[in-house]
Amino acid sequence: MSAVVYVPRDSSAVSLGADAVAEAIRSEAASRKLDVKIVRNGSRGMFSHEPMVEVAASAGRIAYGPVAAGDVASLFDSNFLDGREHRLRLGVAGEIPWLKSQTRLTFARAGVTDPVSLDDFIAHGGYLGLRRAIELSADEVIAEVAKSGLRGRGGAGFPTGIKWKTALDAPAARKYVVCNADEGDSGTFSDRMIMEGDPFVLIEGITIAALAVGATQGYIYLRSEYPHARRALSEAIATGYSSGYLGANILGSGKSFELEIRLGAGAYVCGEETAMLESIEGRRGMVRVKPPVPALEGLFGKPTVINNVVSFATVPIIIERGAEFFRSLGAGNSRGTMPFQLAGNAKRPGLIEVAMGVRLREIVNDYGGGTASGKRVRAVQVGGPLGAYFTESMLDVALDFESVAACGAILGHGGIVVFDETVDMARMARYAMEFCALESCGKCTPCRIGSIRGAEVIDDIINRRRRRENLEVIRDLCDTMKFGSLCALGGLAPLPVLSALRYFPGDFGLTPRDVDFIGADLTISASGSGSTHAIAGR
Amino acid sequence: MRSRADSDFATPLRRGAATVALEIDGRAVAVPEGTSVIRAAAEAGIHVPKLCATDSLEPFGSCRLCLVEIDGQRGFPASCTTPVRAGMKVRTESLALARLRRGVIELYISDHPLDCLTCPANGNCELQDMAGAVGLREVRYRIGGANHLHAEKDQSNPYFTFDPSKCIVCSRCVRACEEVQGTFALTIDGRGFSSVISPGQNGPFSASECVSCGACVQACPTATLMEKSVIALGQPEHSVVTTCGYCGVGCSFRAEMKGDLVARMVPNPDGHANHGHSCIKGRFAWGYTTHPDRITHPMIRKSIDQPWREVSWREAIEYAASEFKRIQKEHGRGAVGGITSSRCTNEETFLVQKLVRAAFGNNNVDTCARVCHSPTGYGLKTAFGTSATTQDFDSVMQADVIMVIGANVTEGHPVFAAQMKRRIRQGARMIVVDPRVTEIVRLPHVDASYHLQIRPGTNVALINALAHVVVTEGLTDEAFAAARCDPHEFAAWKKFVAEPRNSPESMEMVTGVPAGQVRAAARLYATAPNGAIYYGLGVTEHSQGSTMVLGIANLAMATGNIGRPGVGVNPLRGQNNVQGSCDMGSFPHELSGYRHISDEAVRASFDAAWGVRVDPEPGLRIPNMFDAALDGSFKGLYVQGEDVAQSEPNGQHVVAALRAMECVVLQDLFFNETAKYAHVFLPGSSFLEKNGTFTNSERRISMVRKVASPLAGKEDWEITCELATALGYPMKYSHPSEIMDEIARLTPTFSGVSYPMLERLGSVQWPCNGGKPTGTSIMHIDRFVRGKGRFTITEYVPTEERTNSEYPLILTTGRILSQYNVGTQTRRTLNEAMHVEDRLEIHPSDAELRGIRDGDWLRVRARRGETRLRALLTERVQPGVVYTTFHHPQSHTNDLMTGHSDWATNCPEFKVTAVQVAPEAGSVNARRGNGRLDAENRPTGGDAHAMDIHHLVMMANDIGAYFAGYPSHGEAVEGIANHLRSFWEARMRHDIIEYVANGGDDLKPLVREAVLTMTGKPPAGSEEGGDR
Repeated sequence: MSAVVYVPRDSSAVSLGADAVAEAIRSEAASRKLDVKIVRNGSRGMFSHEPMVEVAASAGRIAYGPVAAGDVASLFDSNFLDGREHRLRLGVAGEIPWLKSQTRLTFARAGVTDPVSLDDFIAHGGYLGLRRAIELSADEVIAEVAKSGLRGRGGAGFPTGIKWKTALDAPAARKYVVCNADEGDSGTFSDRMIMEGDPFVLIEGITIAALAVGATQGYIYLRSEYPHARRALSEAIATGYSSGYLGANILGSGKSFELEIRLGAGAYVCGEETAMLESIEGRRGMVRVKPPVPALEGLFGKPTVINNVVSFATVPIIIERGAEFFRSLGAGNSRGTMPFQLAGNAKRPGLIEVAMGVRLREIVNDYGGGTASGKRVRAVQVGGPLGAYFTESMLDVALDFESVAACGAILGHGGIVVFDETVDMARMARYAMEFCALESCGKCTPCRIGSIRGAEVIDDIINRRRRRENLEVIRDLCDTMKFGSLCALGGLAPLPVLSALRYFPGDFGLTPRDVDFIGADLTISASGSGSTHAIAGR
Repeated sequence: MRSRADSDFATPLRRGAATVALEIDGRAVAVPEGTSVIRAAAEAGIHVPKLCATDSLEPFGSCRLCLVEIDGQRGFPASCTTPVRAGMKVRTESLALARLRRGVIELYISDHPLDCLTCPANGNCELQDMAGAVGLREVRYRIGGANHLHAEKDQSNPYFTFDPSKCIVCSRCVRACEEVQGTFALTIDGRGFSSVISPGQNGPFSASECVSCGACVQACPTATLMEKSVIALGQPEHSVVTTCGYCGVGCSFRAEMKGDLVARMVPNPDGHANHGHSCIKGRFAWGYTTHPDRITHPMIRKSIDQPWREVSWREAIEYAASEFKRIQKEHGRGAVGGITSSRCTNEETFLVQKLVRAAFGNNNVDTCARVCHSPTGYGLKTAFGTSATTQDFDSVMQADVIMVIGANVTEGHPVFAAQMKRRIRQGARMIVVDPRVTEIVRLPHVDASYHLQIRPGTNVALINALAHVVVTEGLTDEAFAAARCDPHEFAAWKKFVAEPRNSPESMEMVTGVPAGQVRAAARLYATAPNGAIYYGLGVTEHSQGSTMVLGIANLAMATGNIGRPGVGVNPLRGQNNVQGSCDMGSFPHELSGYRHISDEAVRASFDAAWGVRVDPEPGLRIPNMFDAALDGSFKGLYVQGEDVAQSEPNGQHVVAALRAMECVVLQDLFFNETAKYAHVFLPGSSFLEKNGTFTNSERRISMVRKVASPLAGKEDWEITCELATALGYPMKYSHPSEIMDEIARLTPTFSGVSYPMLERLGSVQWPCNGGKPTGTSIMHIDRFVRGKGRFTITEYVPTEERTNSEYPLILTTGRILSQYNVGTQTRRTLNEAMHVEDRLEIHPSDAELRGIRDGDWLRVRARRGETRLRALLTERVQPGVVYTTFHHPQSHTNDLMTGHSDWATNCPEFKVTAVQVAPEAGSVNARRGNGRLDAENRPTGGDAHAMDIHHLVMMANDIGAYFAGYPSHGEAVEGIANHLRSFWEARMRHDIIEYVANGGDDLKPLVREAVLTMTGKPPAGSEEGGDR
């Protein structure tokens, strides 16, 4: 029997040399005439140890990492194929505290299985959710999803069950399911890791959604910057078709579902769901007005369920293990687990799937181990490039939709970026406007002109030009963008700006007194359209 | 920018059946379901600030000015994209909204030049209005921020400028180009702050797909897209609604004036035919009305070799009258006649035919419709009982399958084409029957399901093949036919078309269209819930033009596609008032409302009203007038607004006839080709200089209003009145409304029409009378006007114009968007630069065979004549077919035309001429001496009288060929005789009878038999009673 060695194919591992490691293992084994089978698995998301090589030993899957190609000979010398000791040995992978303490539901198989092996997927409990879904009625499936409390993991946190029910009840001859895989927030990677590490679970989740709402065609809108994800997904989809999990008469259910990948072309705004629909339809990625919501009039004007990758990938386990199981985790109206993605100046960055309600401090300090630079944590941005900044003293906030919103921030897609004390928050505030200006589709005025003016006004503040007046201007501009923008891009750009001003006034050459008036107003909602008093009140 | 005089409700009207009640600013409002909040507010008189919304376009939601507050709804929804809901409570003003809107406008102005005082839109700029409305007091963003203030102006379009420095990127122009016009010439290039409007791939407007329809200019809320005329003159100070003087679509326009000067023409959003859309001609090409070529003084001369002499109106009119009187005295009452114009008003046309009938005392009146749509009049009258379209334009929006036959809609009827394209983009299927790949066959988001690319001249073979499929595959609507049509005729027709010789497979050799395509197209049309047929001159201008119209009517009736919205037989009329000029009794055999001249009761009403005895005999048609002139029996002609020397076929023959006349009185704007052979020139008035009405292709009567004084002092109707009075038949009207009152009194289909009524309704479609007080959009709903719908046998008779080794190519003709007919008007505008010459389109393989390269000068030779044109190599034409337009007189296209014409109406066969084409050595200059033969040296073809008889025999044989297809010999003979009695002038009947008496060798036996039965019999009279 051959020895099995796991070397991740995940792009984070590959970027750290995993391909070279795999090649080194192959050639080393050949020269030593050892029968070694290399499985290119996904990543478990513990980036500080990538490339993390695992060996199926009698004691279990023993992990070694981070492995460089140059380490391979010594690993063989140490008989790592039997799980023996080596300076890189991390122990049984599943027992590593960083991983063991997590609640891996959506990411249960990521890093464990061969992502493109249907057999491996099924051997690890794959497609049980779909099988159960086929036994249930559409209403029962949707009721299960609704009862689980699952809310969209793409950023808006809309209850998935309600969305599906809306699409189910919309009368139409043709319906669509679209998976938003245009993961564009800097510092986020959970979608990519699912697609590279366990694509079948995504396909399974999308299929369950399609069967539940009566859609016969699905699209995965994938950003073109994810070639590895595309490869894994394409292979998994092809396998799905050849094994009866996609196409006509799925698993003998009599129902059909076609699934295709559509590639984006590098526009951040195409991650906004209506701009994404325009793009799939072959047009310029411009935001559509809502209503009508896509669940009623979406792709090609037909009812369309749009969910994010993680949302879809979480559905199989909900159907398999029941709503109650999922519901039992979480806090308040934020149920289940959430894959937080820790990045930036963190010592141990990576994917941390835990029940919602976890403290930000726990993620940053316990999992993250503080900053990579070893300096003091000064700011943490939660929810992507348009999320709010938190100060060190605010890190006790619980990471659930409500608690985060109560601080005037957003949970977004679960991205968390750590900055140490060398950060210049005025530059970061300016960057938010600059990012918005770069990525704006140009449709609505507040975003099209406002973002470029925002950057200019912050420049003026930084350069001490009419600082007090410009503070007023930036405050007014933020209101115009927040309440006037067509979509969340322009609507959220003020969030990092205002939080930076509020909590780091010194970086702008201002005193806390100067920015007093921003305080209460920072409590705005994630959707970019908050209460009216925010601008009428002063 | 649309006209200030037209209100803008921000989003399009919705026609939802249910009404939704809501509250806006405390006011109760009720609107149709689907209406936007902003429109509901506007209808209640509450104007929410807006920039990207306008009621000609679907809401877009980009400017973020129209934000409102709605109880129970988070944030500030845009009122343009939010539909009303029952019980909704909306606030359009609050402190929060005021701040938000001011913030948005402040952003706009931070990237806008502050040059309002010198801006051409000053006083008529929506951005300026909005800055005022929201109370913007200062722009706090620093000067020198990123901006577009130095973007370069694009002046490449002759009529408007594009100044991107003033652009607010509202996308109204892009959306208008897409939604309204359907050309997709504009786009937004770049994204974010770099978003800019771009015609095509960043080129200038002139190099883009732009068709200069003006929709973008009208949609622009700022001075970004602006008429050059307004830039030059300043903002207009008053406006008058009137009707375009170009094509048969009959668009309603607002003439925006500065005093007597037109500052611009803006399409009227309330226009029933155009709904606020326009084309390059109506929108921009009105400059000819003040062109220096306009003749402003009457002129006379004794003979055409003398110079013209400017004279007073009085002298000119008295001279003309005295000449007509002299001719009638010397050569008989029938020696003079008149030609009415399809470009003049209904009232003017009515007066010209009245002059002929009452003052000349004969029926020698005809109209230029003779050369375009006379087969429509004949065919639709025969089949349905009304010489007009069955539908209104809006009907197309309910069609599921649209069949376009012989109509180049995007060039000829661009505004209606825009509507048709919109319907096709909504999902209607299209079948195009045309020898050429016209634009409509394939456009952005418009694609013909079938293009049946026939050989010119084989329409009837094709329509029979289509009918064959419908009948033999059981696709007829038997219930409709049984209830609505004559069962005997229906059965006979079915038997005829079902014959194997009419099958698509048999006809494939004739038409060149693969049988499979014909079968598929027939099935598509016949099985459509609503199938509509639109056709143009490609149907009528053939020796079998009338047969084809009848064939189309047969197909529509057999499939039940008549009598409701979305279906019908829809002729697209060429000129602005072709329909009206025909309605007004311009034909020699018909009084107004298409009532036959032989009808005693009808004549009696005219006799009583006019105080004369109207001649019961049909008069001469235009070609017969020319024959008679060469024959020496016709000497005087009053021509109102037509250039017969250029627009009639066989120009040499026409010129010879004109030269043979003693008094040709021409009333026109310009000194045209015909004027070279005229004795009296009476300067006419343009459509901007008179009051009256035009009737468009859909039977819609619209007001034409005077916005400027006639350059020569008189409106055309006044000139006709003075001429009649001078002839001894006084005509006294103080205003054209009185002429319309007379038309209404004398014409049952118009009895409800009056100026006050038109003022009230805007426009009305006839019939408009007691039963239909507000007019009729769809005809033949419960029964056909003639009672039972009439199926006729439509035997395919090939034209005698054949190709052979000497003339191997078929020449067919058409038109182009920027020019209009013979170009009298458009060549005197900046449109001229867009189509400087007519070119001969030739397939590359035909060109290769002859060594012709693109742009080469060609010698085009036909049996009758020849001309020179430059080559345009294109696969739009099929091998064996060449094509040209006829907008430039120097092209002399009509010199090539054969003498063949429609058997029933003499409409010339403009669409089929056998030619040979060869490259011509030399350049432009070489062409000068090689143009058409000088009139003086032109052969007239020997003995005039013999030629006339030859022509009559040919005409009679053509008629015989049509009726030969009838099932029984007796019916055929009777049909021929009836036709001759109804449509031939007495002298012509006399000549043919005499010819038969003398042997009649060249007449077909069937025709000879029919002529023999005519001896002594009275005319058959009108078989239909008109549209009462």
